[in-house]
Formats: sequence, structure tokens, C-alpha cells
Amino acid sequence: MIQLLSIVSTVCLTVIAVSTLFLLYRAIKGPSNPDRAVALDTIGVNLMAITGILAIKLKTTFFNDVILLIGILAFIGTVALAKFLEKGVIIERSRD
Amino acid sequence: MRLKNVTNDLILKTATTIIVFLILGFSVYLFFAGHNAPGGGFIGGLMTSGAFVLLYIAYGFQTMNRVVKIDFKTFIPIGLTIAVLSGVGSFLYGQPFLSHTDGYFHLPIIGKAHLATAMIFDLGVYFTVIGVTMTIILSIAKDEGEQVENAE
Repeated sequence: MIQLLSIVSTVCLTVIAVSTLFLLYRAIKGPSNPDRAVALDTIGVNLMAITGILAIKLKTTFFNDVILLIGILAFIGTVALAKFLEKGVIIERSRD
Repeated sequence: MRLKNVTNDLILKTATTIIVFLILGFSVYLFFAGHNAPGGGFIGGLMTSGAFVLLYIAYGFQTMNRVVKIDFKTFIPIGLTIAVLSGVGSFLYGQPFLSHTDGYFHLPIIGKAHLATAMIFDLGVYFTVIGVTMTIILSIAKDEGEQVENAE
């Protein structure tokens, strides 16, 4: 059973690593800036998955805080990036 | 110039009002978990300022200045004073500077709790980190807005 868990987590880690490499290609090559923003956001999601699988492989629960932390930071970063791409200013002066 | 950029951020504003409470709760958890698990004053303060930054992104300066009537610059001296007082407090018991102690107490609701004076020092770190981060971000953003206004 432990053997199966180890094999499955290694395979998942490899697949997510390959997916992150393709996303990195999109972030470098992407024709427009929104492409890069979406690629970076998805790299954040993949990073959460990698951290979860590493927590399984290393048999620790201390990484669970890190997963939530990456999720919050990726959300705030993507919102700020989207706001900059749309309006040119991240924190507006007024709402008129 | 200004009319062109007006959009309706209804989804962002509605999501922010819910997500901010999750982030604030997580930051308080990180602050209290710092003694026995990853976390502590620094990352808790960073998360709290992250929640405030999200509010500022969603609602802008004008609304936030009406809602949050606190000057984040005053957080820095408050936090530093708490940290220094937690160190000076050990003089009252004839111990060296920054000597910390802990003990088990019986609290009304929580029951048996392990309280440490290192948490008071962590509270000072927490307030200082919030003050520094928010002061940096808000002063940079405010400066940008004034330049755009002068150019128009």
C-alpha cells in the first residue's frame, strides 16, 4: 500500500512538473501579456499541487499552511496583475 | 481620460468581501500557531496586510479611507513599543533582558492553555510588519495617483 502511494505520488509529481514546464513556455513565449498572467496564475495552482504531493511524500502536515498561503498569494497577485492590465493603476484613487 | 477606464467590478468586490474574512482568519491562525507549528508574527502580519491590500485593490482609496479610519503609520511605533516592553518586563523579576517564560493556565472557555510571554513579543512583530508593509504599499500607490492627476 505504501509502495503504491509512493509510485502514484511520483507519477503525479512528474506529470505536474511537465505541465509546469509547458506553462513556463507559455509564460515566456505568450504573444500578449494576459497570456502570461494566466500562465503565471496556473503555475501558482500547480505549485500548490506540488506542495501537497511533497507533503505526502515527506509524511508531514506542516506544508498544509503553505498550500493555503500560495493560494491566497496567487489570488492577490493575479487580481493586482489583472487590474493593472485593465486600468493601468492597481489601487484607484476614487470610484467615480 | 477618466471616463474611459470606468468599469463595474461587481464580481471582484463581492468576492473580496468574502475572501478577506478567510484571509484575516488564516492570518490570526498563523499568528497563534507560531509557537508549535509554522507561522508566527511575521507571516501573520504579512497575511493581514495582504487582506488589506485586497480591500484597497477592490474598493480604491476613497472608500477605504472612509471605512478604515486608522493610520497604518501608527502601527510601527505601537508594535515596537510592545516588543520593547515585553523585553523590559523581565527586569521586574530580576532576569536578563528579553528573558521569556511560559506556563499552563486554565482559561474560562478554551480550558487548559499553554501561554508564553514570547507571544507578546510576536504581537509587536505582527503590528510592526502590518505598519511597514501597508505604509510602503499605500505611499507608493498614492504617489502614482498624484502624478497622474498633475499630468491631466
